[in-house]
Amino acid sequence: MKNSRREWLLTSPSLLWLAGLVLAPLLIVFAIAFRPALPAGGIGEGWSLDAVRALVDPVYLGLLANTVAVSAVTTVLCILVALPVALAMARLAPKWRSRVLLLVIVPFWTNFVIRVFAWQQILHAQGALAEALRWTGVLGENDRLLGNFAAVVLVSVYTYLPFAILPLFAAAEKFDFHLLDAARDLGARPFRAFVSVFIPGVRQGMVTALLVVFIPMLGSYVVPDMVGGTGTQMLGNKIAQRNFNDRNLPEAAALSGALTLLVLVPFFLRRRDAEPSANPEKA
Amino acid sequence: MNPILRFENITRRFGTFTAVDDVTIDIAKGETFSLLGPSGCGKTTLLRIAAGFDRPDAGRVLLDGNDITDLPPDRRPVNTVFQNYALFPHLNVRDNIAFGPKIAGQDAATVRREVDRMLELVDLTAHAEKRPAMLSGGQKQRVAIARALVNKPQVLLLDEPLAALDLKLRQRLLVDLDAIHDEVGITFIYVTHDQSEAMSISDRIAVMNKGVIEQTGTPVQIYETPRTSFVAAFIGDTNFLDGRIIGAVDDRFSRCAVEDFGTIIIDNDKPVRIGDRIDLSLRPEKLMVSRQRPDAGPMDNAVQGIVEDVIYFGSSTRYWVRCGAWKLCAEVQHRTFLLDETPPVWGDSVWLRWHANDGYLLEQYDALDEDLLTLPED
Repeated sequence: MKNSRREWLLTSPSLLWLAGLVLAPLLIVFAIAFRPALPAGGIGEGWSLDAVRALVDPVYLGLLANTVAVSAVTTVLCILVALPVALAMARLAPKWRSRVLLLVIVPFWTNFVIRVFAWQQILHAQGALAEALRWTGVLGENDRLLGNFAAVVLVSVYTYLPFAILPLFAAAEKFDFHLLDAARDLGARPFRAFVSVFIPGVRQGMVTALLVVFIPMLGSYVVPDMVGGTGTQMLGNKIAQRNFNDRNLPEAAALSGALTLLVLVPFFLRRRDAEPSANPEKA
Repeated sequence: MNPILRFENITRRFGTFTAVDDVTIDIAKGETFSLLGPSGCGKTTLLRIAAGFDRPDAGRVLLDGNDITDLPPDRRPVNTVFQNYALFPHLNVRDNIAFGPKIAGQDAATVRREVDRMLELVDLTAHAEKRPAMLSGGQKQRVAIARALVNKPQVLLLDEPLAALDLKLRQRLLVDLDAIHDEVGITFIYVTHDQSEAMSISDRIAVMNKGVIEQTGTPVQIYETPRTSFVAAFIGDTNFLDGRIIGAVDDRFSRCAVEDFGTIIIDNDKPVRIGDRIDLSLRPEKLMVSRQRPDAGPMDNAVQGIVEDVIYFGSSTRYWVRCGAWKLCAEVQHRTFLLDETPPVWGDSVWLRWHANDGYLLEQYDALDEDLLTLPED
């Protein structure tokens, strides 16, 4: 009894913070979605379903498909790259482990937009990379490195890779590497041992990595804006466009709300998934 | 002998440390062979080399005559029971055991039949659907054994398989393991630091110390005729005596001068010459303790001393007796029907008697090995 009251007391600052700065703005966004838009921009009086109705526009369906595709491909690539990295890091001597961990985190010391801008320069049509590829004939005269699906995925993978490596590394660090020896001993080739023993062993880390990459990716806006093209727009870009260019705040809010709901679905799936496995006796 | 497994001049170094130093061992088909020694003696390194997890810097490993030194673990017809079990936590008992056969590409019906047979062998049929986390230590160990044996390896490697279990369970599993060995007839190589485990399960034992084999032999040979002071002190307890040969009794026995004892008679099963310095191992249970001077036969030795320590072990009692410069340990079994006098206590003057045959002449002696003996603090 006393303990639970103390817990509440200790948790209350963060709860207040979340309520005031996350939950309340979110509810305001949901509320604005049901307001009428003023032609000059801004939010009108009363209530309206115009903005929500606008969501059925087939344009959005295409955008949603693109958003999910970019996010999914990015997430899969991030996890595929992060798995062997996490495995290798966990096998390092502790002294080297912390150094490599630092290297993984180093990109965060530079502003995110600046890093994406750097990629814009690297992939630029007149950049050294594009020139070199054209000179060797890998890249045709009219091919571009920027402004396409691959560019958005590449820079997104670069951006989100640390977020995939960290939870996978945390899981790999707890993994009992004798299990890989045991699998090899029982006849498994290295890759088979990796797939049938290591991957199930870091499953929880994979689920976390999937969520921390996939969910923010759905709301991605800067990367497709800076290295993508007209064909690679994501929902985030549309929300920004509705907000800044069209000054149609209710429609931007409706789109944001829909995206938030889209994110909450996998979140609750994860909750249901995590509960039974938290108690191995019942698994 | 045509060995199933042969370690041939194996050397393995880690930096400047030589873990295994030019070791050659032949292991016969079907036997239970133990590698016994203290931690760091190189026994686990040898096992890892046999399993394929490590490669020697020099030497070869031959399995049934074929060089397997460079084969990876997954291509060797050899399986390991790991010390920490290394069961796959995400698979139940059945799927753990089925792991090897499935990878070998056996069809589902065969896998099922083989796994069922193994479950029966290790008496775990009732637990087939449980995850390892729900099993006791002894059950996990049996799953590990079944998971290895189901692959019908030519040699089963066991790395301290019972180290994590408590004494009673260890004794039971030793009996189980021995029964399994008799049933499957596969060669077992058993690594342990526990001499009683090695003694009870092995056909032969190689005693290792600092990367070399001190002695290879049957448990009886190792215990009764230790080659070196290390073997004598590591396997069981013993007393060390040193002296000088001063004359022959006949072609079998010699007279030997020992400080403070005068002359004792020793069994010189190795050739000795007058004037040689010799080292003798004298097991505590070979010494008889009495208050009265014993009726010593012609080949008996008797020395007098003062009891300094008495430790009661239940099945026996140990006396540490000060005899001049020596402190000898004697172990006496309690047999009421032979008790013709009250047992000695601390401070009593007693006689120790042993037959010349009961002392064993060591080939090699190192004073450091005395540290292995369980002597009470002075």
